[in-house]
Amino acid sequence: MRLTRVAVIVLASATCCVCACRSSRAQLLAADESQVRLRSIQSRAFDTTDKSATLRSAMGTLQDLGFVIDDADETLGTISATKLKRYALRMTVSVRPRGQTQLLVRASAQYNLRAVEDPEPYQQFFDALRKAMFLDAHLIEEE
Amino acid sequence: MTHNPVLNTVSAHTLLLGMIVPVVTGCAGRIPRAALAMNPQTLEFRERSTRRFETTDESRILAASAALLQDLGFAIDDSETELGLIVASKERSAVEGGQVAAKIAYAVLFQADLPIDAQQKLRASVVTRPKGGEIAVRVTFQRIVWNDRGQVSKLELLDDPGMYQEFFDKLSKSVFLEAHKI
Repeated sequence: MRLTRVAVIVLASATCCVCACRSSRAQLLAADESQVRLRSIQSRAFDTTDKSATLRSAMGTLQDLGFVIDDADETLGTISATKLKRYALRMTVSVRPRGQTQLLVRASAQYNLRAVEDPEPYQQFFDALRKAMFLDAHLIEEE
Repeated sequence: MTHNPVLNTVSAHTLLLGMIVPVVTGCAGRIPRAALAMNPQTLEFRERSTRRFETTDESRILAASAALLQDLGFAIDDSETELGLIVASKERSAVEGGQVAAKIAYAVLFQADLPIDAQQKLRASVVTRPKGGEIAVRVTFQRIVWNDRGQVSKLELLDDPGMYQEFFDKLSKSVFLEAHKI
């Protein structure tokens, strides 16, 4: 029994060291994936310069996907929205000019307490947005 | 099958640790595969939550929507008229008779406290969009419910068709315009 307890304590301590040695404050500026790769997963370029129409299309797409919009700012080109479906999925979409003829749309999502870093959900979002805008979404080169 | 008590205790502890560690370290699971994908219900939901009004005056529709939300007891949290957006919320009781009855029955039968829904935050976003001489208005509702222990018990989209119909009936009266389905 004693051996068992020691084993459990050792295992628990090891787990703490592996998973939680960093202070939870370090989460403030933490980014789990490579920044460049993540930017590429989360961004698409569209052949339009109409920022307002793009933001409106993004809001429509988010509503299609069951989100309630939290706020939007045309000057900054940002939208935040939350989807509640036994989980909380919060999403921020930003739109900014890319060169003279394109807009860069970047989406970032947080699922419960975690940043979403899988390419697939973003691909799904951009597929939906592309249909709403009747425009192709171009993958961007890793910059 | 061995019946070594030490081994069994170790297995039980390992199992317990296996259950606790993901919670402690925040491994809250991955995003569901279809969370950001369109599905066959998307179009139906869009139709239910959207109406067209024959006007080009977007600010008039937005002002009427804000007034209606206020009539319904919502507080306006945010708005961006340039993009045709109003965000509103209200906090209300979430107590339901059936749950209270179940709580009492549970207490009598099992001498235990059954948590029941206590309060809720209802959120709404109204988005307007000019399209071909008309304004399309789309509203989406959701709520967060807390139980009487202060824990979140429900996170959900409110998609009851009756709610949307009633909202648009009221909006239609408020702007003196007929609301057309898309």
